[in-house]
Amino acid sequence: MTDRYQTFTRTPLGQTLVKNLGLPDPVPLQRWTEGSRVIDGSVVFGAIGETEAGKAIQALLRDIGASFSTATEGVASSQIRPKALVFDATGALSTADLTSLQRFFSPVIRQLAPAGRVIVVGRTPELATSTEQHIAQRALEGFTRSLGKEVKRGATVNLVYVAPDAHEQLDSTLRFFLSPKSAYVDGQVARVGTGPLVGNDPERPLAGKVALVTGAARGIGAAIADTLARDGATILGVDVAQNADPLRKVMTRLGGSELLLDVTAVDAAQRIAAHAQEQYAGLDIVVHNAGITRDKRLANMRTDTWDAVLDVNLRAPERITSHLVEAGTIRAGGSIIGVASIAGIAGNNGQTNYATSKAGVIGLVQALAPKLAEKQIRINAVAPGFIETEMTAKVPFTIREVGRRINSLQQGGLPIDVAETIAWFADPASAGVTGNVIRVCGQSMLGA
Amino acid sequence: MTEPRRVAVVAGNRIPFARQDKTYRHSSNSDMLTAAINGLVDRTGLGGQEVGEVVAGAVLKHARDWNMVREVVLGSKLAATTPAYDIQQACGTGLEAAILVGNKIALGQIDAGIAGGVDTASDAPIAVNDELRNILLDLNRAKTYPERLKVLARVRPKDVVPEIPRNAEPRTRKSMGDHAALTALEWGITREAQDELAYRSHVNLAAAYDRGFQQDLITPYLGLEKDQNLRPDTTVEKLARLKPVFGKGETATMTAGNSTPLTDGASAVLLSTDEWAEKHGLRPLAYLTHSQTAAVDYVKGAEGLLMAPAYAVPRMLARAGLTLQDFDYYEIHEAFASQVLSTLKAWEDPIFCKERLGLDAPLGEIDRAKLNVNGSSLAAGHPFAATGGRIVAALAKQLDENGGGRGLISICAAGGQGVVAILEK
Repeated sequence: MTDRYQTFTRTPLGQTLVKNLGLPDPVPLQRWTEGSRVIDGSVVFGAIGETEAGKAIQALLRDIGASFSTATEGVASSQIRPKALVFDATGALSTADLTSLQRFFSPVIRQLAPAGRVIVVGRTPELATSTEQHIAQRALEGFTRSLGKEVKRGATVNLVYVAPDAHEQLDSTLRFFLSPKSAYVDGQVARVGTGPLVGNDPERPLAGKVALVTGAARGIGAAIADTLARDGATILGVDVAQNADPLRKVMTRLGGSELLLDVTAVDAAQRIAAHAQEQYAGLDIVVHNAGITRDKRLANMRTDTWDAVLDVNLRAPERITSHLVEAGTIRAGGSIIGVASIAGIAGNNGQTNYATSKAGVIGLVQALAPKLAEKQIRINAVAPGFIETEMTAKVPFTIREVGRRINSLQQGGLPIDVAETIAWFADPASAGVTGNVIRVCGQSMLGA
Repeated sequence: MTEPRRVAVVAGNRIPFARQDKTYRHSSNSDMLTAAINGLVDRTGLGGQEVGEVVAGAVLKHARDWNMVREVVLGSKLAATTPAYDIQQACGTGLEAAILVGNKIALGQIDAGIAGGVDTASDAPIAVNDELRNILLDLNRAKTYPERLKVLARVRPKDVVPEIPRNAEPRTRKSMGDHAALTALEWGITREAQDELAYRSHVNLAAAYDRGFQQDLITPYLGLEKDQNLRPDTTVEKLARLKPVFGKGETATMTAGNSTPLTDGASAVLLSTDEWAEKHGLRPLAYLTHSQTAAVDYVKGAEGLLMAPAYAVPRMLARAGLTLQDFDYYEIHEAFASQVLSTLKAWEDPIFCKERLGLDAPLGEIDRAKLNVNGSSLAAGHPFAATGGRIVAALAKQLDENGGGRGLISICAAGGQGVVAILEK
């Protein structure tokens, strides 16, 4: 659906009003399209000393053909408008080193191009070798989250924590955060750990992979199916029989197969496993997207309303994941992705059932990540904020307007933004990415 | 207590089934049930005699017909001293009536009884809506003229809109066809398979008429001698041309040809002990040996609305110590071709049988040549409560003609219920 206010702000009259009245100024975000480069513009790189992570970052920048410089002063005094600022803070051993953040960013931050990217790479605090290092690394989060609120014109700021010896795993994550694929991911912290090195084609990272997407008939689910197929995956789309027709359309377009079932059915997991085994001899990617809302204040909540939401949003992913893992349907190197929600993080009036289910999805990720690592299966979740869908189009106007604007990017996200984040999790090259819950919310103020 | 007695199906009779708003459009349920029972009485020579009990029902019934079956008996050729009562279990009514009569016979409470069912989709009850009903009841309670005027002033134009019974589930507001369409999708039942089943139903019923099989099963009514829905000359090609009526878009498969039409009609079956039959110069055609009901939770989407027979049959088989293949005939009521095909597919499916039925192995395939050999509801039509009687009578006769054997009856019903039974000889 269209954001009429945003369209209006792009007119001369709209711009005049926005500037003079201090109204929100939501810049149209740049999204990845066929043929887009990872980063379209120059990059300025800074670091605290020479580190392994720094070397890996610079190697990647060379690899993607980005022109980058390390001299901040030159940029600050020139007309150059860098598209990205990447800072390697893994070398921060104590709080004294945090000064470098200000020294690097203050002179150049104003120069950042529209829809620019700021990425700070730090060392996973919990894995620091000293107390001083732990404190310094933990401090980075406050820096990036605040800077996210300061940068304008569709720019994003994210922090990537990398584990010791995991610098070679940074590739897929940095590509994601640098590129237009992360347009609506802002103020987030990603954690990259160690894992096997996977040398796949970044243009078609999912070639030869099979992806199960539940709720694939419409909205965010259809966008996920489209995006994973774009990246080379074969799609097994699941939806309820009521959505047979739209599901058929999506799967015909993508050349995938369809399976009509209710994920809450007692034999849903077995049916999925049997279908996947028969058609594809297994699965590589599982996206638990199917979800419903049945909003009611708790005082007015009926048992069936409560159960319906928990059954679809939480118990079904829990049961299906458990069965697919036990049955060995998910192959080594596989990736499971849950769909949580900022309501599951921040809570929401009238959504005790929904928020319980979505917080439970986060629990599912956190509980299973270490266990599944033994089988070389990863599990992560996205937590969408305000995404423009048929569902949010039904939200009353004022609440919808507020929902759209109370984030750093001052606009709603699109289904593709959620899908791109899922595609990053699904990428086998993200072998070091597990146990993450990444919000796709434009840095919403809710639960931040 | 003595051993239960064998329950014989001695005779059956029905009137030809008519399409909604056609030949029987001015006939009431009572008219049609009386015709079916009188035909049975004539054929069995029971005129003026008393039977233990008459049990029957109608799904769509006028409020004034609260004691319908007893009223029918009083207006029939049976002795006026024959007791009767009404039952209602949606499309399972007719078979359930036979089970109830059979149970009393088995227990020695009665020696013979008539089970039946009737339905009219033409002479349907139309009710005033709740708003107007409340106003009218208040009017009745009002004592003075000013009070009555005050009550009447509450009537609004919308209150005059009547409530017409709909073939829809009260809890889901979806029609039975729409429910069945979802199940068909989940089981991947194709349009071709449904049309083929519908075609076989017409061919088999037409053949049954041609060889005189229906001769002693039907009494003509209002000039109608055969089921009005029967299309002896239909072909798979003709059926394939029909537009889907349930479901949407390219995934829709259910048409007016492979779904049963709304129909008017009535049926009745005479059951008794061996001794009673002999005493009345009648002969057992087959015995009602087992029965079972089951229900599914279709409201939360845990199971399809019409899938209850898929649960009832294995439970009955377990009690009877039989397998699904131990039958010579299968009478699976064709509410929709997709219902029959979904049920058969479920029984063949190892996951369904293990996870939903709790069985170690699937029930397996049946020999399709034994299915609905004399046609079923897609060809004959389906006056809801009358279908059970049609099937029991026809299967009993088929078993008798065959010189013995075993037949399975499976009927799905609204509300997520299923009624199933076994006839043997």
